[in-house]
Formats: sequence, C-alpha cells, structure tokens
Amino acid sequence: MTMCQICLTQPGTHCYGLPPMADNPFRVPPRITKQNSHFWTGGAEGKLNFLRCQDCQHWIHPAQPVCPECWGKNLKPEATSGLGEVYSFTLNTQQWVPAPDHPYAIVLIEFPEQKGLRLTSNMINCKAEDVKIGMKVKVAFEEHGSDPKKFYVPVFEPVEN
Amino acid sequence: MSNNERAAVITGTGMSQVGRRLMRDPLELTLDACIAAVEDAGLRKEDIDGLATYPGAGVGGAGFTGAGVVEVQDALRLNLNWFSGGPEASGQLGSVIDACAAVAAGYANHVLCFRSVWEATAAAKGKGGMGGAGGGGAGSPKASGFLEWTLPFRAYSPANWMAMMAQRHFHEYGTTREQLAMIAINARKNAAKTPYAVYKDPMSLDDYMNVRMISSPFSLYDCDVPCDGGTAIIVSRKEIAKDMKKKPIQVEAIGSAIHGRPSWDQFDDMTTMALRDAAAMLWKRTDYKPKDVEVAELYDGFSFLTLAWLEALGFCGKGESGPYVEGGARIAPDGELPLNTNGGQLSGGRLHGYGFLHEACVQLWGEGGERQVKKKHGDPKVALAAAGGGPLGGCMLLSSE
Repeated sequence: MTMCQICLTQPGTHCYGLPPMADNPFRVPPRITKQNSHFWTGGAEGKLNFLRCQDCQHWIHPAQPVCPECWGKNLKPEATSGLGEVYSFTLNTQQWVPAPDHPYAIVLIEFPEQKGLRLTSNMINCKAEDVKIGMKVKVAFEEHGSDPKKFYVPVFEPVEN
Repeated sequence: MSNNERAAVITGTGMSQVGRRLMRDPLELTLDACIAAVEDAGLRKEDIDGLATYPGAGVGGAGFTGAGVVEVQDALRLNLNWFSGGPEASGQLGSVIDACAAVAAGYANHVLCFRSVWEATAAAKGKGGMGGAGGGGAGSPKASGFLEWTLPFRAYSPANWMAMMAQRHFHEYGTTREQLAMIAINARKNAAKTPYAVYKDPMSLDDYMNVRMISSPFSLYDCDVPCDGGTAIIVSRKEIAKDMKKKPIQVEAIGSAIHGRPSWDQFDDMTTMALRDAAAMLWKRTDYKPKDVEVAELYDGFSFLTLAWLEALGFCGKGESGPYVEGGARIAPDGELPLNTNGGQLSGGRLHGYGFLHEACVQLWGEGGERQVKKKHGDPKVALAAAGGGPLGGCMLLSSE
C-alpha cells in the first residue's frame, strides 16, 4: 500500500501526494517562479508584496501578466501596509496531517488596500479559539528553505489595541 | 422569451451499482450507467450521436473520474456528431447544460451525459485524493495553481475552504449549527428510503451535535460521503423525441453564470459565490417562479452549500436559509419544498452532481417508490436540480407538464 508522503501514517486520501517542507512538515511548499517570487520572498524585507497596476492602481492577486481591470501591462510588485482583518476562519480538527496543534486556525485575511483582496493564511501569537471575524491583524513571516532558495510564508498576529 | 434550452428534453436516466469500496472497474460502473440510461430511454446504440461528461479523463486524483468521453465512445463503439468533456464548466451539470445547447443547435439528437466516481475504492487502495484540483497535480513536488494559495497555509481540503464560506454566513446572518444540522438530518431520513443510499441509520440532532468536528463549523456529518458509482442522463432534441418510451421531461431553463472571480477565496460575496449568478440566470430565462417548484435537489457536497443554493434560488431571502430549514418540516417530503429526496450526497453518496439531476427525473417520472413525493395533484410536476459550490455552479429547471 502506498503511504502518503505527508500523512506518513495513513494512505493519502486528502493530501495530494505532495511532499512537505523539509523544515516544517505541515506546510506544502509553493512552486516559486519569476511571476510569484515577489510574494514568497518579500518577507526577507518584512514586506507583504502583491503585484499592482501602475496605471490604474489595481492590486492583483494572484499575479498574472495583465491587469484584470485595465488590461495594461505596466505592473510592479508593491508592499501593502501589512495590516488586515479576519474576513473568515475555520478551526481545523481533521488530521489531514499528524500535526501536534489541532485544532489550528486557518484564516482568510482581507486587506484594507482593496475590497476583496484576500489571502488564506494562519495565525500566530493567538489561541485558535480566540480567532474572531473582524479581528485586526498584522503580517509576520515564517522563514523556510535555505539560500539561495529561502522563502517566507506570510502569517498573521493580532494587533494590540 | 427566447430560451433555446426548451428545445431539449430528458428522455432517460441510468445509474450503476452505488456503494462504498465496491472494488469494481470504474469504466464498467460508467458503462453500466450509460447502458441503463439508453435502455431507459428506449433508444438503441445507433441513436446516440452525442456524448458529454464532467470532468473527463485524467482530472483530479484517483477516484475523481471513472472515465472520459474517449473511453466511453470506444467502449460503446458510438458514432458521434458532437462530444464534450472537461472540468472547466459551470459545475458538474455544466456538461448537461452544454448537451442541451448541442441538441438545440442541431449538432446532435440524443446526447448521452455521464459522471462516474470511484473515490471510496481509490481511498481503500491508498490512491485517493484530489491531487489535480486547482492545478497542483498529483505527483507534483510543489503547490501551484490555486493550491499555491491553500496548501502552504495548511488549508488542505475543500472542507477548509468551504468552512470559511459557512463561517462568514454564520457571522453575517446568525446562522447556527443547529440549522445546518437540518440539511444533514433531512438527507439521512430520505436516504433510509433510498435503496442505493450509503448511510441509512437514523440521525438525531444530538448525534449531529456530538459527532467529531472536521473544520468548524463543519462536523463529519456536514461532509458528503465518498462512494463508487456512475450516473447517466439522456438529453434529446425535443422535435425528434416523439413517441418515446417515457414521457420526455422538459428542460425549462438553465443557469450557468458566474459574475464574480473564479476563485475559492477571492469571490466578492463568499456567502454565496457562483450559485448566486447561476440561479439568477435561470429565473431570467423562464416564467416559472420559485414557488412553482415542487421538489428541489440541491447540491450538498457540504451541508452549507444547500443553504447557499436555497438562498441563491430564491426559495428564501438572502441570509434566511437557516430559519427557513429550522425544524425540518418545510423541507421534508410532505413539506412545502421537498429537498434532496434521495439523501443527497451527505447520506446517499457522493455521485458528484449528477445524482441530483437523476433524482429530479426520478421524482418527475414518479419512479421514487417509497421515497416518491406526492403532491395533491399526484407526482411533482416541476423540479429544480442544482450542483456545485464556490466558483462552480450550474442549475436546471425541469417540468413534466
């Protein structure tokens, strides 16, 4: 019987057969390309970068070759404020992987820079059961990999009132 | 009203053996359903000149698709004038909706539409999963496509993505788990009377509230049950479907729209998504109104999606689906809107979209046996079948009038 590379202990019905990150068995690494590297490496400078149209100022996520609003190609990565709000969340209990921290929170963060600009992510410095919709958060980064292939996973923590 | 789908009728349906871990050849299950549908319509092999499926071959992880158009054409040795198969459609019923257009345009006379799954057997063999969903691809070393925005963040499953839609609905409208439970409990009651259903043991509200959580607000009973099985539907051109074995079911209107972003987490209104647009399109194409619908078969891959379809289709107001289903009487077989009369996918089995259309036809033809809905005038005459969730949504209004 084939064992799941993530679950290790059980046949993989849910985990896509993708290998885990070497230094964090519970995140599947992204495929980093020229088009998305601004997002996955921005954390080196503490920046949460998204592509932005320089003509109409539209924030573009995920990155694509033309601006979806004006169809222009004058696009550059820009950093957001790093602030956001919990738009929705779920506490995951199911053991898709044998992580030690079930239930853990998956959050959907919406950014003030543009209505509907969102990122699925996780929380740090916050108990799972304390996550609430509307909670104000700011970005932090988890470093993964090693040079020259380091990348940074944006995660979020509550903003102190 | 210009509405060319009215040139399409449904003349037959078929279903293979359905169950958990059948350990049968997926192609054979597919062909069993296809042959049953052709026989049900009283047609011969030579009559079938169109073939349509969702999602086609080679899509998703093992078990997600039993066969594609090419395999079925060759296995049944069909001569085709039109065919189509693929995952980029308005949900699972997008393939049937396309078939309606094909017969209306005169490309084909009788289109055999099919969908088959073998996820239960695939899981038992340790092969399963949804590897290709969103473009990551089984065996791919890194997450890409939509999975780039979920797997690195530990949102491994569609259960996680759709739980966040439900949680947002809870937040905006005060929906509760007790209300969500009504979808699961109603499905279980109906499954008890459905011969092929997977789960038939009674489920109480206590059972529901105490079962283990998967991804809040979803518990185990909010998630459908993977199964093996094939379903097939014959879509025929109305003007040539005379003197058929069974009275053809009229396709009254279809809905295939998506006006928001085709994304699980960037859609403008996460409490409805494409369902809103598909349903709005359907009602613009017919003089029927929601109150005319006598039986509704609405997708329940996750219980919340049925609530979202109820609202999108206007059976209740936006945000009011929780109170609408409360107590369960309204959606019971003898209620105002009999819902998911075969147990849906939650208890019937995850036939993935086509099961809802199949059951709508069963009810209109009065073939439901113990689970047949009876209105004052007899068998229901108007049915709604809807499938999909998130950025995938398609729906069909059918009548036997």
